[in-house]
Amino acid sequence: MKLNEIERAMLAGELGEVPKMALAHQVQVGEFFHAEDFVPVTQAHIMADTESLGEEGVRWLESLTKADGGKARVRVPTITDPRGTDFAKASVLKQPVRFLELERRTIDAFTRLGVLMTDTCINYQTIQAPTRGESVAFGDTGVVIYSNSVCGARSNYEGGPSALSAGLTGRTPRYGFHLDTQRRATIRMRTDWTPTTLNEWGALGGLIGRLAGNYWAVPVIEGLEGSPGSDAMKHFGAAMASFGSIALFHLVGITPEAARIEDCGGDKLPVAHRIGKKDVEALEASYAAESDIDVVVFSAPQLSIYELRALSALCDGRKFVRPLLAVTSPQIKPDADRFGYTQKIEAAGGHVLSGMCFYQSYAREIAEANGWKRLATNSTKLVNILGGYGYVPMLASMERCVEAAEKGHLS
Amino acid sequence: MKELVARHAIGKSVSGIALVAHDGFSARYDLDRIGGTFSRPTHKLAGQSYVGKILVLDTAKGGVASAWMLREMASRGIIPLALVFNSVNPILAQGAAFGGLTMLAGFDGEITAQVPNGATVEIDPEKSLLRIL
Repeated sequence: MKLNEIERAMLAGELGEVPKMALAHQVQVGEFFHAEDFVPVTQAHIMADTESLGEEGVRWLESLTKADGGKARVRVPTITDPRGTDFAKASVLKQPVRFLELERRTIDAFTRLGVLMTDTCINYQTIQAPTRGESVAFGDTGVVIYSNSVCGARSNYEGGPSALSAGLTGRTPRYGFHLDTQRRATIRMRTDWTPTTLNEWGALGGLIGRLAGNYWAVPVIEGLEGSPGSDAMKHFGAAMASFGSIALFHLVGITPEAARIEDCGGDKLPVAHRIGKKDVEALEASYAAESDIDVVVFSAPQLSIYELRALSALCDGRKFVRPLLAVTSPQIKPDADRFGYTQKIEAAGGHVLSGMCFYQSYAREIAEANGWKRLATNSTKLVNILGGYGYVPMLASMERCVEAAEKGHLS
Repeated sequence: MKELVARHAIGKSVSGIALVAHDGFSARYDLDRIGGTFSRPTHKLAGQSYVGKILVLDTAKGGVASAWMLREMASRGIIPLALVFNSVNPILAQGAAFGGLTMLAGFDGEITAQVPNGATVEIDPEKSLLRIL
Protein backbone atom coordinates (compact mmCIF):
# COMPACT_ATOMS: atom_id res chain seq x y z
CA MET A 1 0.00 0.00 0.00
CA LYS A 2 1.11 3.55 -0.68
CA LEU A 3 1.64 5.34 2.63
CA ASN A 4 1.90 9.10 3.11
CA GLU A 5 4.28 10.81 5.47
CA ILE A 6 2.17 10.53 8.60
CA GLU A 7 1.33 6.89 7.87
CA ARG A 8 5.01 6.05 7.45
CA ALA A 9 5.70 7.78 10.75
CA MET A 10 2.91 5.81 12.43
CA LEU A 11 4.19 2.53 11.07
CA ALA A 12 7.71 3.37 12.23
CA GLY A 13 6.40 3.90 15.76
CA GLU A 14 7.17 7.62 15.82
CA LEU A 15 3.66 8.38 17.11
CA GLY A 16 3.66 5.57 19.66
CA GLU A 17 3.28 1.82 19.86
CA VAL A 18 -0.53 1.84 19.81
CA PRO A 19 -0.93 3.76 16.51
CA LYS A 20 1.86 1.58 15.09
CA MET A 21 0.02 -1.61 16.02
CA ALA A 22 -3.25 -0.20 14.66
CA LEU A 23 -1.81 0.85 11.33
CA ALA A 24 0.08 -2.44 10.93
CA HIS A 25 -3.22 -4.30 11.39
CA GLN A 26 -4.87 -2.06 8.81
CA VAL A 27 -2.04 -2.58 6.32
CA GLN A 28 -2.45 -6.34 6.67
CA VAL A 29 -6.17 -6.09 5.92
CA GLY A 30 -5.64 -3.55 3.15
CA GLU A 31 -3.08 -5.75 1.42
CA PHE A 32 -5.42 -8.74 1.65
CA PHE A 33 -7.96 -6.74 -0.38
CA HIS A 34 -5.31 -5.10 -2.60
CA ALA A 35 -6.10 -1.59 -1.31
CA GLU A 36 -3.88 1.04 -2.91
CA ASP A 37 -3.85 3.48 -0.01
CA PHE A 38 -5.76 4.79 3.01
CA VAL A 39 -8.79 7.07 3.14
CA PRO A 40 -9.31 9.48 6.09
CA VAL A 41 -12.42 8.78 8.17
CA THR A 42 -14.51 11.21 10.19
CA GLN A 43 -15.98 8.74 12.69
CA ALA A 44 -15.54 5.18 13.89
CA HIS A 45 -18.08 2.87 15.53
CA ILE A 46 -16.92 -0.20 17.44
CA MET A 47 -18.79 -3.47 17.98
CA ALA A 48 -17.22 -4.95 21.09
CA ASP A 49 -19.60 -6.92 23.29
CA THR A 50 -17.71 -9.08 25.75
CA GLU A 51 -19.27 -12.30 24.52
CA SER A 52 -17.27 -11.65 21.36
CA LEU A 53 -14.11 -10.36 23.05
CA GLY A 54 -13.85 -12.95 25.78
CA GLU A 55 -11.10 -12.66 28.35
CA GLU A 56 -8.52 -12.60 25.54
CA GLY A 57 -10.04 -9.57 23.84
CA VAL A 58 -10.51 -7.66 27.08
CA ARG A 59 -6.88 -8.26 28.07
CA TRP A 60 -5.78 -7.00 24.66
CA LEU A 61 -7.81 -3.81 25.11
CA GLU A 62 -6.34 -3.31 28.57
CA SER A 63 -2.84 -3.74 27.15
CA LEU A 64 -3.49 -0.78 24.83
CA THR A 65 -4.39 1.44 27.77
CA LYS A 66 -1.05 0.61 29.42
CA ALA A 67 1.11 1.13 26.33
CA ASP A 68 2.57 4.53 25.39
CA GLY A 69 2.54 5.61 29.02
CA GLY A 70 -1.24 5.34 29.14
CA LYS A 71 -1.55 8.23 26.66
CA ALA A 72 -2.94 6.44 23.60
CA ARG A 73 -6.19 8.07 22.44
CA VAL A 74 -8.45 7.83 19.42
CA ARG A 75 -7.88 10.57 16.82
CA VAL A 76 -11.45 10.88 15.48
CA PRO A 77 -14.81 10.60 17.27
CA THR A 78 -15.16 6.91 18.08
CA ILE A 79 -18.36 5.46 19.50
CA THR A 80 -19.63 2.05 20.59
CA ASP A 81 -22.22 -0.49 19.55
CA PRO A 82 -24.48 -2.00 22.26
CA ARG A 83 -22.83 -3.48 25.32
CA GLY A 84 -23.50 -6.97 26.63
CA THR A 85 -25.73 -5.84 29.47
CA ASP A 86 -27.87 -3.12 30.94
CA PHE A 87 -26.40 -3.09 34.46
CA ALA A 88 -29.72 -1.91 35.89
CA LYS A 89 -31.48 -4.99 34.45
CA ALA A 90 -28.76 -7.64 34.69
CA SER A 91 -30.63 -9.40 37.49
CA VAL A 92 -33.78 -9.60 35.35
CA LEU A 93 -31.74 -11.36 32.66
CA LYS A 94 -29.92 -13.49 35.27
CA GLN A 95 -26.58 -12.74 33.66
CA PRO A 96 -23.61 -14.33 35.44
CA VAL A 97 -21.52 -11.91 37.55
CA ARG A 98 -18.30 -12.89 35.79
CA PHE A 99 -19.69 -11.54 32.51
CA LEU A 100 -20.60 -8.24 34.13
CA GLU A 101 -17.07 -7.87 35.40
CA LEU A 102 -15.75 -8.33 31.84
CA GLU A 103 -18.16 -5.60 30.75
CA ARG A 104 -16.88 -3.19 33.41
CA ARG A 105 -13.25 -3.83 32.43
CA THR A 106 -14.07 -3.28 28.77
CA ILE A 107 -15.88 -0.01 29.41
CA ASP A 108 -12.97 1.19 31.54
CA ALA A 109 -10.45 0.34 28.80
CA PHE A 110 -12.42 2.02 26.04
CA THR A 111 -12.98 5.12 28.16
CA ARG A 112 -9.23 5.38 28.82
CA LEU A 113 -8.65 5.29 25.05
CA GLY A 114 -11.04 8.22 24.57
CA VAL A 115 -13.87 6.15 23.10
CA LEU A 116 -17.39 7.55 23.67
CA MET A 117 -19.59 4.86 25.21
CA THR A 118 -22.72 5.53 23.17
CA ASP A 119 -23.71 1.82 23.25
CA THR A 120 -26.02 1.99 20.27
CA CYS A 121 -26.57 0.21 16.96
CA ILE A 122 -28.84 3.02 15.73
CA ASN A 123 -26.33 5.86 15.86
CA TYR A 124 -27.76 7.07 12.53
CA GLN A 125 -31.01 7.76 14.43
CA THR A 126 -29.51 8.95 17.70
CA ILE A 127 -25.93 10.29 17.48
CA GLN A 128 -25.02 11.66 14.04
CA ALA A 129 -25.98 10.25 10.66
CA PRO A 130 -23.15 10.38 8.13
CA THR A 131 -23.69 12.33 4.92
CA ARG A 132 -23.40 11.36 1.28
CA GLY A 133 -19.82 10.59 0.32
CA GLU A 134 -18.54 10.76 3.91
CA SER A 135 -15.99 8.04 4.61
CA VAL A 136 -16.46 6.38 7.99
CA ALA A 137 -15.34 3.18 9.73
CA PHE A 138 -18.47 1.63 11.18
CA GLY A 139 -18.99 -1.68 12.88
CA ASP A 140 -22.38 -3.42 13.22
CA THR A 141 -23.66 -4.62 9.88
CA GLY A 142 -26.98 -2.83 10.33
CA VAL A 143 -25.21 0.48 10.86
CA VAL A 144 -23.02 -0.03 7.80
CA ILE A 145 -25.80 -1.01 5.42
CA TYR A 146 -28.02 1.90 6.55
CA SER A 147 -25.18 4.41 6.34
CA ASN A 148 -24.08 3.23 2.90
CA SER A 149 -27.53 2.79 1.39
CA VAL A 150 -29.81 5.37 3.01
CA CYS A 151 -27.24 8.06 3.82
CA GLY A 152 -24.91 7.50 0.86
CA ALA A 153 -21.90 7.36 3.19
CA ARG A 154 -18.93 5.04 2.62
CA SER A 155 -17.95 2.24 4.94
CA ASN A 156 -16.95 -1.38 4.86
CA TYR A 157 -17.89 -3.71 7.68
CA GLU A 158 -15.30 -2.82 10.28
CA GLY A 159 -15.01 -5.46 12.97
CA GLY A 160 -14.08 -4.29 16.46
CA PRO A 161 -10.29 -4.45 16.16
CA SER A 162 -10.37 -2.68 12.79
CA ALA A 163 -12.87 0.00 13.85
CA LEU A 164 -10.77 0.74 16.91
CA SER A 165 -7.68 0.85 14.69
CA ALA A 166 -9.48 3.36 12.44
CA GLY A 167 -10.30 5.46 15.49
CA LEU A 168 -6.67 5.34 16.61
CA THR A 169 -5.21 6.20 13.19
CA GLY A 170 -8.02 8.33 11.72
CA ARG A 171 -8.06 6.32 8.51
CA THR A 172 -8.98 3.00 6.93
CA PRO A 173 -7.77 1.05 3.90
CA ARG A 174 -9.42 2.25 0.68
CA TYR A 175 -11.14 -0.84 -0.72
CA GLY A 176 -14.67 -2.17 -1.07
CA PHE A 177 -17.43 0.39 -0.55
CA HIS A 178 -15.01 3.32 -0.37
CA LEU A 179 -14.56 2.85 -4.14
CA ASP A 180 -17.05 4.16 -6.75
CA THR A 181 -16.75 0.95 -8.76
CA GLN A 182 -17.85 -1.24 -5.85
CA ARG A 183 -21.03 0.78 -5.32
CA ARG A 184 -22.63 -0.08 -8.66
CA ALA A 185 -25.53 -2.53 -8.63
CA THR A 186 -24.58 -6.15 -9.29
CA ILE A 187 -27.97 -7.86 -9.05
CA ARG A 188 -31.42 -6.53 -10.01
CA MET A 189 -34.63 -7.58 -8.25
CA ARG A 190 -38.22 -6.53 -8.65
CA THR A 191 -41.12 -6.60 -6.22
CA ASP A 192 -44.80 -5.99 -6.88
CA TRP A 193 -45.58 -5.57 -3.19
CA THR A 194 -44.65 -2.96 -0.59
CA PRO A 195 -44.47 -4.05 3.06
CA THR A 196 -46.37 -2.15 5.72
CA THR A 197 -45.11 -3.56 9.04
CA LEU A 198 -41.56 -3.65 10.36
CA ASN A 199 -41.47 -7.46 10.41
CA GLU A 200 -42.53 -7.47 6.75
CA TRP A 201 -39.81 -4.97 5.86
CA GLY A 202 -37.32 -7.14 7.70
CA ALA A 203 -38.53 -10.29 5.98
CA LEU A 204 -38.26 -8.66 2.56
CA GLY A 205 -34.75 -7.49 3.40
CA GLY A 206 -33.84 -10.98 4.60
CA LEU A 207 -35.08 -12.55 1.38
CA ILE A 208 -33.10 -10.10 -0.74
CA GLY A 209 -30.01 -10.72 1.35
CA ARG A 210 -30.38 -14.48 0.98
CA LEU A 211 -30.78 -14.18 -2.80
CA ALA A 212 -27.96 -11.66 -3.26
CA GLY A 213 -25.69 -13.96 -1.34
CA ASN A 214 -22.43 -12.28 -0.39
CA TYR A 215 -20.74 -9.11 0.81
CA TRP A 216 -19.69 -7.89 -2.62
CA ALA A 217 -23.22 -8.09 -4.09
CA VAL A 218 -25.11 -4.80 -4.42
CA PRO A 219 -28.82 -5.42 -4.98
CA VAL A 220 -30.96 -2.83 -6.73
CA ILE A 221 -34.69 -3.20 -6.08
CA GLU A 222 -37.51 -1.80 -8.20
CA GLY A 223 -41.24 -1.68 -7.54
CA LEU A 224 -41.55 -0.34 -4.00
CA GLU A 225 -44.24 2.28 -3.58
CA GLY A 226 -43.72 5.43 -1.52
CA SER A 227 -40.78 6.10 0.77
CA PRO A 228 -40.21 3.81 3.71
CA GLY A 229 -39.48 5.62 6.95
CA SER A 230 -36.26 5.30 8.91
CA ASP A 231 -37.47 2.40 11.09
CA ALA A 232 -38.62 0.42 8.05
CA MET A 233 -35.25 0.98 6.37
CA LYS A 234 -33.54 -0.01 9.60
CA HIS A 235 -35.26 -3.42 9.75
CA PHE A 236 -34.97 -3.92 5.99
CA GLY A 237 -31.24 -3.24 5.93
CA ALA A 238 -30.40 -5.05 9.17
CA ALA A 239 -32.10 -8.24 7.95
CA MET A 240 -30.50 -8.00 4.51
CA ALA A 241 -27.09 -7.64 6.10
CA SER A 242 -27.79 -10.50 8.48
CA PHE A 243 -29.03 -12.96 5.87
CA GLY A 244 -26.61 -12.07 3.10
CA SER A 245 -23.72 -10.12 4.60
CA ILE A 246 -24.83 -7.29 2.32
CA ALA A 247 -23.39 -3.80 2.95
CA LEU A 248 -25.11 -1.68 0.29
CA PHE A 249 -28.44 -1.74 -1.56
CA HIS A 250 -30.19 0.68 -3.87
CA LEU A 251 -33.94 1.32 -4.01
CA VAL A 252 -34.87 2.96 -7.30
CA GLY A 253 -36.30 6.43 -6.76
CA ILE A 254 -35.70 6.25 -3.01
CA THR A 255 -32.05 5.90 -1.99
CA PRO A 256 -29.58 8.65 -2.91
CA GLU A 257 -27.42 6.80 -5.44
CA ALA A 258 -30.39 5.42 -7.42
CA ALA A 259 -32.71 8.31 -8.20
CA ARG A 260 -32.96 6.56 -11.60
CA ILE A 261 -32.02 2.93 -12.11
CA GLU A 262 -29.33 3.91 -14.60
CA ASP A 263 -27.58 5.97 -11.88
CA CYS A 264 -26.38 2.78 -10.21
CA GLY A 265 -26.00 0.73 -13.42
CA GLY A 266 -29.06 -1.41 -12.70
CA ASP A 267 -30.55 -0.78 -16.16
CA LYS A 268 -27.82 -2.93 -17.68
CA LEU A 269 -28.71 -5.93 -15.51
CA PRO A 270 -31.42 -8.50 -16.20
CA VAL A 271 -34.09 -8.92 -13.53
CA ALA A 272 -32.67 -11.86 -11.59
CA HIS A 273 -35.50 -12.32 -9.07
CA ARG A 274 -39.12 -11.27 -8.66
CA ILE A 275 -40.27 -11.16 -5.05
CA GLY A 276 -43.88 -10.99 -3.92
CA LYS A 277 -45.93 -11.08 -0.76
CA LYS A 278 -46.09 -14.89 -0.91
CA ASP A 279 -42.30 -15.12 -0.68
CA VAL A 280 -42.26 -12.92 2.42
CA GLU A 281 -45.07 -14.92 4.00
CA ALA A 282 -43.17 -18.13 3.27
CA LEU A 283 -40.10 -16.81 5.05
CA GLU A 284 -42.18 -15.80 8.06
CA ALA A 285 -43.95 -19.17 8.04
CA SER A 286 -40.59 -20.96 8.07
CA TYR A 287 -40.10 -19.60 11.61
CA ALA A 288 -43.59 -20.51 12.85
CA ALA A 289 -42.40 -23.73 14.47
CA GLU A 290 -44.60 -23.61 17.58
CA SER A 291 -47.32 -21.42 19.02
CA ASP A 292 -46.45 -21.42 22.75
CA ILE A 293 -43.75 -18.94 23.65
CA ASP A 294 -41.39 -18.41 26.60
CA VAL A 295 -40.32 -14.82 25.99
CA VAL A 296 -41.00 -11.86 23.69
CA VAL A 297 -38.08 -9.70 22.58
CA PHE A 298 -37.96 -6.43 20.68
CA SER A 299 -34.32 -5.83 19.81
CA ALA A 300 -31.83 -6.02 16.94
CA PRO A 301 -31.85 -3.23 16.03
CA GLN A 302 -32.49 -1.18 19.18
CA LEU A 303 -35.90 0.48 19.17
CA SER A 304 -36.37 4.08 18.13
CA ILE A 305 -38.56 6.44 20.13
CA TYR A 306 -41.36 5.89 17.59
CA GLU A 307 -41.18 2.12 17.97
CA LEU A 308 -41.33 2.50 21.76
CA ARG A 309 -44.29 4.86 21.36
CA ALA A 310 -46.14 2.23 19.31
CA LEU A 311 -45.14 -0.57 21.67
CA SER A 312 -46.23 1.31 24.79
CA ALA A 313 -49.64 1.97 23.26
CA LEU A 314 -50.03 -1.76 22.59
CA CYS A 315 -48.93 -2.66 26.13
CA ASP A 316 -51.20 -0.15 27.84
CA GLY A 317 -53.67 -1.90 30.15
CA ARG A 318 -52.43 -5.46 29.49
CA LYS A 319 -50.98 -7.98 31.97
CA PHE A 320 -48.26 -10.21 30.60
CA VAL A 321 -47.90 -13.88 31.50
CA ARG A 322 -44.56 -14.12 29.68
CA PRO A 323 -41.55 -11.76 29.91
CA LEU A 324 -41.45 -9.00 27.29
CA LEU A 325 -38.12 -7.26 26.74
CA ALA A 326 -37.82 -4.04 24.74
CA VAL A 327 -34.27 -2.89 24.08
CA THR A 328 -33.31 0.66 23.15
CA SER A 329 -30.33 2.98 23.19
CA PRO A 330 -29.11 5.10 26.13
CA GLN A 331 -29.97 8.20 24.10
CA ILE A 332 -33.62 7.19 23.67
CA LYS A 333 -34.32 5.60 27.05
CA PRO A 334 -34.54 8.95 28.94
CA ASP A 335 -37.10 10.21 26.41
CA ALA A 336 -39.08 6.97 26.74
CA ASP A 337 -39.08 7.56 30.51
CA ARG A 338 -40.12 11.21 30.13
CA PHE A 339 -42.92 10.39 27.72
CA GLY A 340 -44.32 7.63 29.93
CA TYR A 341 -43.58 4.83 27.45
CA THR A 342 -41.34 2.91 29.86
CA GLN A 343 -43.97 3.11 32.59
CA LYS A 344 -46.71 1.70 30.33
CA ILE A 345 -44.56 -1.19 29.12
CA GLU A 346 -43.32 -2.05 32.60
CA ALA A 347 -46.77 -1.70 34.19
CA ALA A 348 -47.88 -4.51 31.90
CA GLY A 349 -44.99 -6.66 33.14
CA GLY A 350 -42.45 -5.88 30.44
CA HIS A 351 -38.96 -4.46 30.75
CA VAL A 352 -37.30 -1.63 28.84
CA LEU A 353 -33.56 -2.22 28.64
CA SER A 354 -30.98 0.27 27.52
CA GLY A 355 -27.55 0.22 25.86
CA MET A 356 -27.47 -3.50 25.09
CA CYS A 357 -28.74 -5.86 22.44
CA PHE A 358 -30.40 -9.18 23.18
CA TYR A 359 -28.20 -11.41 21.05
CA GLN A 360 -25.01 -9.67 22.21
CA SER A 361 -25.84 -10.27 25.85
CA TYR A 362 -24.89 -13.90 26.41
CA ALA A 363 -28.04 -15.14 24.74
CA ARG A 364 -27.23 -18.81 25.35
CA GLU A 365 -26.54 -18.36 29.06
CA ILE A 366 -29.62 -16.24 29.74
CA ALA A 367 -31.75 -18.77 27.87
CA GLU A 368 -30.52 -21.53 30.18
CA ALA A 369 -30.86 -19.38 33.32
CA ASN A 370 -34.42 -18.29 32.51
CA GLY A 371 -35.73 -21.38 30.75
CA TRP A 372 -36.22 -19.44 27.52
CA LYS A 373 -36.32 -21.37 24.26
CA ARG A 374 -39.39 -20.33 22.25
CA LEU A 375 -38.94 -16.66 21.47
CA ALA A 376 -41.28 -14.30 19.59
CA THR A 377 -39.98 -11.13 17.96
CA ASN A 378 -40.74 -8.74 15.11
CA SER A 379 -37.04 -8.64 14.17
CA THR A 380 -36.07 -10.73 11.15
CA LYS A 381 -32.43 -10.18 12.03
CA LEU A 382 -32.97 -11.64 15.48
CA VAL A 383 -34.72 -14.81 14.27
CA ASN A 384 -31.83 -15.37 11.85
CA ILE A 385 -29.26 -15.14 14.61
CA LEU A 386 -30.89 -16.96 17.50
CA GLY A 387 -31.20 -20.39 15.90
CA GLY A 388 -27.46 -20.78 16.46
CA TYR A 389 -27.94 -20.02 20.16
CA GLY A 390 -30.42 -22.86 20.67
CA TYR A 391 -33.62 -20.82 20.55
CA VAL A 392 -36.74 -21.58 18.53
CA PRO A 393 -37.32 -18.05 17.23
CA MET A 394 -40.67 -16.99 15.76
CA LEU A 395 -41.31 -13.95 13.60
CA ALA A 396 -44.52 -11.94 13.96
CA SER A 397 -45.79 -8.38 13.97
CA MET A 398 -45.34 -6.16 17.01
CA GLU A 399 -49.07 -6.50 17.70
CA ARG A 400 -49.01 -10.32 17.65
CA CYS A 401 -45.88 -10.41 19.80
CA VAL A 402 -47.50 -8.23 22.47
CA GLU A 403 -50.59 -10.43 22.38
CA ALA A 404 -48.33 -13.45 22.79
CA ALA A 405 -46.80 -11.96 25.93
CA GLU A 406 -50.32 -11.60 27.32
CA LYS A 407 -51.64 -15.04 26.30
CA GLY A 408 -48.49 -17.16 26.33
CA HIS A 409 -48.85 -18.16 22.72
CA LEU A 410 -48.81 -16.67 19.23
CA SER A 411 -52.28 -16.53 17.76
CA MET B 1 -1.55 -33.34 -6.46
CA LYS B 2 -3.76 -30.47 -7.57
CA GLU B 3 -3.00 -26.77 -7.01
CA LEU B 4 -5.59 -24.00 -6.80
CA VAL B 5 -4.68 -20.30 -6.79
CA ALA B 6 -6.47 -17.79 -4.54
CA ARG B 7 -6.78 -14.07 -5.13
CA HIS B 8 -6.61 -13.22 -1.41
CA ALA B 9 -4.36 -14.81 1.20
CA ILE B 10 -3.26 -14.22 4.77
CA GLY B 11 -1.49 -16.16 7.52
CA LYS B 12 1.10 -18.91 7.70
CA SER B 13 1.40 -22.25 5.87
CA VAL B 14 -0.62 -25.14 7.30
CA SER B 15 -1.77 -28.59 6.24
CA GLY B 16 -4.68 -30.67 7.47
CA ILE B 17 -8.01 -32.34 6.75
CA ALA B 18 -10.63 -30.42 4.77
CA LEU B 19 -14.20 -30.11 6.04
CA VAL B 20 -16.21 -29.00 3.01
CA ALA B 21 -19.76 -27.67 2.48
CA HIS B 22 -21.48 -25.23 0.16
CA ASP B 23 -22.73 -23.07 3.00
CA GLY B 24 -21.80 -19.85 4.79
CA PHE B 25 -19.74 -19.09 7.86
CA SER B 26 -20.25 -16.84 10.83
CA ALA B 27 -18.58 -17.47 14.17
CA ARG B 28 -21.57 -16.02 16.02
CA TYR B 29 -24.42 -17.39 13.93
CA ASP B 30 -23.18 -20.86 13.12
CA LEU B 31 -20.91 -22.12 15.88
CA ASP B 32 -21.03 -23.50 19.37
CA ARG B 33 -17.71 -21.88 20.18
CA ILE B 34 -17.41 -23.64 23.54
CA GLY B 35 -18.07 -27.13 22.22
CA GLY B 36 -16.29 -26.56 18.90
CA THR B 37 -19.13 -27.67 16.62
CA PHE B 38 -21.44 -26.14 14.04
CA SER B 39 -24.60 -25.42 16.03
CA ARG B 40 -27.01 -23.77 13.61
CA PRO B 41 -29.54 -26.55 12.92
CA THR B 42 -29.89 -25.62 9.25
CA HIS B 43 -26.15 -25.45 8.55
CA LYS B 44 -24.89 -28.24 6.29
CA LEU B 45 -22.19 -29.07 8.83
CA ALA B 46 -24.55 -28.98 11.84
CA GLY B 47 -23.21 -31.13 14.67
CA GLN B 48 -19.75 -31.58 13.15
CA SER B 49 -16.56 -30.47 14.88
CA TYR B 50 -14.58 -27.70 13.22
CA VAL B 51 -11.62 -27.87 15.60
CA GLY B 52 -8.30 -28.30 13.78
CA LYS B 53 -10.02 -28.64 10.39
CA ILE B 54 -9.43 -26.66 7.22
CA LEU B 55 -12.92 -25.34 6.55
CA VAL B 56 -13.78 -25.00 2.86
CA LEU B 57 -17.01 -23.03 2.55
CA ASP B 58 -18.83 -20.73 0.19
CA THR B 59 -18.81 -17.33 1.82
CA ALA B 60 -18.76 -15.30 5.01
CA LYS B 61 -22.16 -14.49 6.45
CA GLY B 62 -23.65 -12.19 9.00
CA GLY B 63 -22.14 -10.04 11.63
CA VAL B 64 -18.99 -8.33 12.68
CA ALA B 65 -18.42 -10.39 15.83
CA SER B 66 -16.17 -12.89 14.07
CA ALA B 67 -13.43 -10.24 14.00
CA TRP B 68 -13.07 -10.61 17.78
CA MET B 69 -14.18 -14.21 18.07
CA LEU B 70 -11.45 -15.85 15.98
CA ARG B 71 -8.77 -14.57 18.35
CA GLU B 72 -10.80 -15.58 21.39
CA MET B 73 -11.32 -19.06 19.91
CA ALA B 74 -7.60 -19.29 19.15
CA SER B 75 -6.74 -18.41 22.75
CA ARG B 76 -8.66 -21.54 23.85
CA GLY B 77 -7.48 -23.74 20.99
CA ILE B 78 -11.08 -24.31 19.82
CA ILE B 79 -10.54 -23.00 16.30
CA PRO B 80 -10.31 -24.24 12.72
CA LEU B 81 -6.82 -24.69 11.34
CA ALA B 82 -7.64 -22.48 8.36
CA LEU B 83 -10.54 -21.00 6.41
CA VAL B 84 -11.03 -21.23 2.64
CA PHE B 85 -13.85 -19.41 0.85
CA ASN B 86 -15.18 -18.63 -2.59
CA SER B 87 -15.63 -15.08 -1.35
CA VAL B 88 -14.94 -13.43 1.95
CA ASN B 89 -16.15 -10.29 3.67
CA PRO B 90 -13.85 -7.84 5.43
CA ILE B 91 -14.80 -9.15 8.87
CA LEU B 92 -13.15 -12.51 8.40
CA ALA B 93 -10.09 -10.90 6.84
CA GLN B 94 -9.88 -8.55 9.81
CA GLY B 95 -10.49 -11.44 12.20
CA ALA B 96 -7.84 -13.58 10.55
CA ALA B 97 -5.35 -10.71 10.77
CA PHE B 98 -6.22 -10.06 14.43
CA GLY B 99 -6.33 -13.74 15.38
CA GLY B 100 -3.35 -14.97 13.36
CA LEU B 101 -5.48 -17.41 11.35
CA THR B 102 -4.66 -18.68 7.87
CA MET B 103 -7.21 -17.88 5.18
CA LEU B 104 -7.59 -18.03 1.40
CA ALA B 105 -10.42 -16.60 -0.71
CA GLY B 106 -11.34 -16.05 -4.34
CA PHE B 107 -10.74 -18.92 -6.78
CA ASP B 108 -11.53 -19.67 -10.40
CA GLY B 109 -14.51 -21.99 -10.14
CA GLU B 110 -16.47 -23.24 -7.17
CA ILE B 111 -13.97 -24.13 -4.43
CA THR B 112 -16.38 -26.31 -2.46
CA ALA B 113 -16.80 -28.52 -5.54
CA GLN B 114 -13.06 -28.76 -6.17
CA VAL B 115 -11.90 -29.87 -2.74
CA PRO B 116 -13.22 -33.30 -1.66
CA ASN B 117 -14.55 -33.50 1.89
CA GLY B 118 -11.97 -35.25 4.06
CA ALA B 119 -9.07 -34.59 1.68
CA THR B 120 -5.67 -33.68 3.03
CA VAL B 121 -4.83 -30.17 1.87
CA GLU B 122 -1.91 -27.80 2.25
CA ILE B 123 -2.28 -24.03 2.30
CA ASP B 124 0.58 -21.76 1.33
CA PRO B 125 -0.53 -18.12 1.78
CA GLU B 126 2.86 -16.79 0.67
CA LYS B 127 2.12 -18.17 -2.83
CA SER B 128 -1.69 -17.89 -2.48
CA LEU B 129 -1.91 -21.64 -3.11
CA LEU B 130 -4.13 -24.48 -1.92
CA ARG B 131 -2.74 -27.94 -2.68
CA ILE B 132 -4.89 -31.07 -2.57
CA LEU B 133 -2.48 -33.85 -1.61
